[in-house]
Amino acid sequence: MDSTLSGLLEVLPAERVYTDAVYLAAYESDGLTAFKAKPRAVVVPETLEEVIGVVRWCHDHEVPFVARGSGTSLSGGSLPVEEGIVIALNRLNRILEVDPVDRVAVVEPGVINLDVSRAADEFGLHFAPDPSSQSICTIGGNVAFNSGGAHCLKYGMTANHVLGIKAVLGTGEVVEFGGRSREQIGPDFAGLFCGSEGLFGVGLEITLRLLPKAECFHTVLAGYRSLEEAGHAVAAVIDSGLLPGALEIMDALAIEAAEAAVACGYPKGAEAVLIVELEGPVEKVAAEREQLDGILADTSAFETRVAADEEERMTIWRGRKSAFSAVGRLSPDFIVQDGVVPRTRLGEALRKIGEMSAETGFRVANVFHAGDGNLHPLILYDGREEGALAGAEALAGRILNMCVEMGGSITGEHGVGMEKRDFLPGMFSEYDIEVMKRVRAAFDPKEVANPGKMFPGAEAPALSQHGMHPLEKAGLISRE
Amino acid sequence: MAARPVSAKEVAEAVHAHAHVAAAGGRTKKPLVGEGEVIEMGGLSGIAEYEASEYTFTARAGTPVREVEGALKEKRQYLPFDPLFVEGGATLGGTIAAGVSGPGRFRYGGLRDFLIGVEFVDGSGRLVRSGGKVVKNAAGFDLPKFLVGSLGRFGIVTEVSFKVFPAPVETVTLRVSCANHEVAGERLAEVARSRWEAEALDYDLAARCMVVRLGGPGRALDLLCGEIESRWRGEVERVDPETAAEGWADFREWAGAAKTGSRVVKIPMTLSQFGPLREGLEEVGAGGGRLSSGGAVWWLAVDEDRMEGVHAALEEKGFAGLVVRGEPWSSPWIGRREMAGILGAVKEALDPVGRFPGL
Repeated sequence: MDSTLSGLLEVLPAERVYTDAVYLAAYESDGLTAFKAKPRAVVVPETLEEVIGVVRWCHDHEVPFVARGSGTSLSGGSLPVEEGIVIALNRLNRILEVDPVDRVAVVEPGVINLDVSRAADEFGLHFAPDPSSQSICTIGGNVAFNSGGAHCLKYGMTANHVLGIKAVLGTGEVVEFGGRSREQIGPDFAGLFCGSEGLFGVGLEITLRLLPKAECFHTVLAGYRSLEEAGHAVAAVIDSGLLPGALEIMDALAIEAAEAAVACGYPKGAEAVLIVELEGPVEKVAAEREQLDGILADTSAFETRVAADEEERMTIWRGRKSAFSAVGRLSPDFIVQDGVVPRTRLGEALRKIGEMSAETGFRVANVFHAGDGNLHPLILYDGREEGALAGAEALAGRILNMCVEMGGSITGEHGVGMEKRDFLPGMFSEYDIEVMKRVRAAFDPKEVANPGKMFPGAEAPALSQHGMHPLEKAGLISRE
Repeated sequence: MAARPVSAKEVAEAVHAHAHVAAAGGRTKKPLVGEGEVIEMGGLSGIAEYEASEYTFTARAGTPVREVEGALKEKRQYLPFDPLFVEGGATLGGTIAAGVSGPGRFRYGGLRDFLIGVEFVDGSGRLVRSGGKVVKNAAGFDLPKFLVGSLGRFGIVTEVSFKVFPAPVETVTLRVSCANHEVAGERLAEVARSRWEAEALDYDLAARCMVVRLGGPGRALDLLCGEIESRWRGEVERVDPETAAEGWADFREWAGAAKTGSRVVKIPMTLSQFGPLREGLEEVGAGGGRLSSGGAVWWLAVDEDRMEGVHAALEEKGFAGLVVRGEPWSSPWIGRREMAGILGAVKEALDPVGRFPGL
């Protein structure tokens, strides 16, 4: 072992400090496989004290570190820093407490998102944020990147469900932000820590807000002859005063992919499908579904299906949730983008994406959270063709610039990470970014916590990619 | 004379021009205005953008919340967290700086969950933007959330963007009598975890009465109310809409406390802490007030003689309180207060020369 790492062995046993090349290779990339970087070591702590010890060692020796859960980040957020330490938090996966009276769960960062809802289920509670990778992604990563999902319009993102965070900062200081109460006094540090992309430190214990599970769902799938018509339907639903739990659209190419992958049986010949889901007490959903049915009947849907039971509901969602990985069947490689436009400009945005696609020759499949204007264009390319990746990246960049020009955002839920660093100045002035850097320096003056992410100008690791993420191939994760 | 800027640029100039400044809006929360040359924010008023279909609006920070609520109402939308002291003249900026939410925070979350973007002047007298204007956004640090409850100690907010929701078609309010506080605590927990989807869930200690607001289509509300009535037969009263509206408005304004000269104190808590906290407060003769948002916060009117006692009781029991309304006290913070080093470090980052009031 590299002798400079010997100090780490005072923090945790040698068998949990990995330095051999084969092992390290597994950590070179995360969900954004286009980037690779070799860490100096991967450490696998089992206790909070060990995490704190590693961070303090990194601070003292000015060695950069990246905390990592399941490595599903789509923005390269958990990409190692070249020659830095990867702190793999997967063994810190204890659900410390589920309190049905206070309606909170206290968890370690390596806990899988879906496991929180599983643990809360016996009390009729659940954890609302549901990124598509929820069966594998961890709470620590959700917090760091303020993850979203299909229910953000109504329930918000991860930050809206985080009440308290015990964390070790880049300085080595251990702090407790927020607490168990949904209310608090003083500046909202827990809110600030969420979405800080690992640049402040490592969350050690996270207190999550749990909500009662919805009693029932009403899920409708409607097929349209054009994307524009589906867009009009979304506007009609929004303007009706209903607040659906989910409002999703897929275009023809995404439908084709989903159909090939999971045979979801979406309406044949649809250029777009719309999924609308109401949820709540039976009586309320019964009243609202009448209203919704009326609204959709007035749209130009050529086929409308209502999930009669949970199985049919799952079939509808399977098509949607599989869409991203399914696109891998249509193309050897693809880039998932994550931009936001004002919802009323969705139609215009999609038309422009279509034009850019035609102009550049890259096929683009569209899947999006229509209720909140969050687009996920999937840009299809073949990494074996020279210049294809660069061309696809350039198109992705144009789409992001379009989002900013329309008054939206370069990321709705994936974060800036490695991928979108250079686009941050499109949204914020030089001074805005300088202020962010000053805030970062308050938490981590030596810049040891996940350096090189979020802010533009840092040295980029080599781009190289072909094929899907191994977990994606195995059907364990999907990109959203 | 106090500065009265009419643009963000003028706020920045006013900050730059003085060694110590403090922003003030509608002065509904006087104990929270810190020391320094006062910058009157009332001149920075008006809704800049409101597109109902986007579920968002952007307004200047000095805009009275009342004006915003009026505009939203026309489009059948609302701020679901029920901002406080609206009739008293509270502004958007002051509401953010104070970090206070009303009973409606129970269902969808508090002010922090609806604030999506800000423009503010930092301690160097420069304008900074953070967050955005769309309902979903994960770019950059979430300084808007950080400024919620920051009492103007880190910056003066000049423009704000909020997410809003469609208002429920109808609402109905139920009052549930409780034999004692223990029973009330159990019932709050039951409603909070129930399938009923209450919009608001409060407990009036003096009246020993749990107050539940449901929202949605009338037909559904009837059925849900029926079930709640049979759950606690003989103890549930359906309040007529006018009285209900007055009741909620009274609580949101705390007009009674203003008349008696009491201060209004906010104490964050959880339902399982209700017993121990109550014990502490009862010992100093301050066991009244109201639990709001399903027991996430205790709002307490405290008269002059009992302030020290409440402060001591909170400290002993390990709670923190904020003196929100009434005459200023020696400090807005009472009870236990822990100052992590990071608080000072972030203060230094945003207000390096200490122009804004101290921590």
